[in-house]
Amino acid sequence: MVSIAEPIAKPATPLRFILDRREVLGSLFVAPAILYVLLLAGVPFLLALYYSVSAYTIYDPSWRFVGLENFADILENPVFLQTLGNTFLFTFGSQIIGLILGKFGALLLLRPFRGRRIVRALVILPWAVPIALATVAWEWMFDSLYSVINWTLIALGIVTRSEAPNWLGTPHLAMLSVIVVNAWRFFPFAIVIFLAGITAIPQDVLDAATVDGAGFWRRNYQIIVPMILPIVAVGLIFGTVFTFTDLSIVFLLTMGGPVGATSVLGFEGFQVGIGSGDVSHGAATSLFMLPVLLVVVVAMLRFIRRREI
Amino acid sequence: MAAVLTRDIVKKFGDVSAVNGISLTVPDGQFMVLLGPSGCGKTTFLRVICGLEKQTSGDLLIGGKVVNDIPPRARGVAMMFQSYGLYPHFSVRRNIAFPLRTQRVPGAEVDKKVAWASQLLGIDHLLDRRPRQLSGGERQRVALARALVREPTALLLDEPLSNLDAKLRASARQEIKQFQQRVGVTTIYVTHDQVEAMGMGDRIAVIDSGRVRQVGSPAEIYEDPADRFVATFVGAPPMNIVARNSGYLGFRPENFLPKDMMEDGSFTEFSFRVDRSEYLGSERIVYGVIAGFDPNQVITAKLPPAHVAEESIRPGEWHPFAVRNSALRHFDKDGQRSSGH
Repeated sequence: MVSIAEPIAKPATPLRFILDRREVLGSLFVAPAILYVLLLAGVPFLLALYYSVSAYTIYDPSWRFVGLENFADILENPVFLQTLGNTFLFTFGSQIIGLILGKFGALLLLRPFRGRRIVRALVILPWAVPIALATVAWEWMFDSLYSVINWTLIALGIVTRSEAPNWLGTPHLAMLSVIVVNAWRFFPFAIVIFLAGITAIPQDVLDAATVDGAGFWRRNYQIIVPMILPIVAVGLIFGTVFTFTDLSIVFLLTMGGPVGATSVLGFEGFQVGIGSGDVSHGAATSLFMLPVLLVVVVAMLRFIRRREI
Repeated sequence: MAAVLTRDIVKKFGDVSAVNGISLTVPDGQFMVLLGPSGCGKTTFLRVICGLEKQTSGDLLIGGKVVNDIPPRARGVAMMFQSYGLYPHFSVRRNIAFPLRTQRVPGAEVDKKVAWASQLLGIDHLLDRRPRQLSGGERQRVALARALVREPTALLLDEPLSNLDAKLRASARQEIKQFQQRVGVTTIYVTHDQVEAMGMGDRIAVIDSGRVRQVGSPAEIYEDPADRFVATFVGAPPMNIVARNSGYLGFRPENFLPKDMMEDGSFTEFSFRVDRSEYLGSERIVYGVIAGFDPNQVITAKLPPAHVAEESIRPGEWHPFAVRNSALRHFDKDGQRSSGH
């Protein structure tokens, strides 16, 4: 037989209910996240700030303060200036292509058709597949000998074998290639953003626009796009920040080549700072991302606040 | 001339038919109410008229022209939606101007018409606000102004009052009606609320299961319902219907009165057992059963002010009640109106 224990009157100690207090429990739960950010983002950031104004290299790990000399050095370096330009081209090129693909993809996926759920799931793949794996596949598609793209172009009679493009070997085409791969990786995210935005528009508003005489284009560009702009801007901030700091596609596909044509800030910083051991110049290169990203984020957040509806 | 005329409109969604062959004529300048329970197809019918849905079969004429294959923007109808469908990112001014801009009306004329419509509805001081800064009643007026600004052949309203609270609804009802009379625009108004239908409609079309049950003036609908559905759908409490001689007999609760209130003329007597009585201030509703009919069928009587406070109608007792013969309505076994006994 089960006996029920007599309740024992415990003396109320001040610590007994400490976890019931919201400020204590809340701080406890938030602490790991804050520690994580401080240790893995805050400390390296401060370290990078210091490296960039020191003469630190792995061969001469001195902490000698040199002021802004490193920044002056890299600004005079044509390779760096090219890299900076590449980074902007890479970021905004792939964002624009990704957004356009995302908009049309979302409109297509909103229409009812057989197997829509499967297609919606598959469309997420470029984003979900490990970037290294996906890039290797792209590398083969752009290969100078085995390119399936070239094979198709030749088979369709658009180009001959001798004039088939060398995708990763020609500077402009190589840039185009990394932009395309990044846009391909970004567009599922854009689709999700657009889908969320478009499905949040009340049907009454769209119907009203139709009855008020708006055709497809006017409905799209005067009603739908302005209404989803705030949410698209958030997506664009994420896309821009991630792409601007990204080095994985360039690293895996072109190694910045040919002759620096596809080098981006993250890649260049890594090559100089870690690859060549010139930590101070590497840090200075990487820190160039900071003001740009700051401007982008502040501008977009202000824009969203103004557009809030 | 008929502003809107439909011939046997059928609308099917897959195998389900929402509209089952509606033929309706709405003359110029008339306020026509489509009244029916939720899901009866009245909103679908309205969407077919404005072109948001394409009918499966049947003809639709607006302003004398067949518009079956004409897109919404060229039909010359305006529609106001249940939740108004205002454009949240536009100011009130741009909201009202939008239907004109889509028609490429020149700027000066747009300004003139926006001023006209906003003055008409008393919203000219709100033109620079955004919809979210407006109250429910103001939003409704903006939506109405936007619908009217291009002077449509017909104005379609889809339950426009359902988003307002009860108090505002009464005044908005008044406003829409007055306004419609002043402008004289042909109006088709969809609602499930019989008070709105009775109070506003020049004519009412009662719709059930995608079919028109009866079209008539509010008085015709109320006094001479065409079938049992109309009889029990319109009126609160609804008409009492009892089975008699392979048919049905109907009478309104307000015509079912204590026998001593009958003065002269011919009437039919019933013995009424009162079960429950509700005091509602201006009237008293009495529930009970009548002798000789189904003992489970609740019959209601609505007693006039003279009887409101009176305690003579006591629950549990049998009372002599009567209905004037002229107030009795007869229905055949299929529920259709029949002439007599």
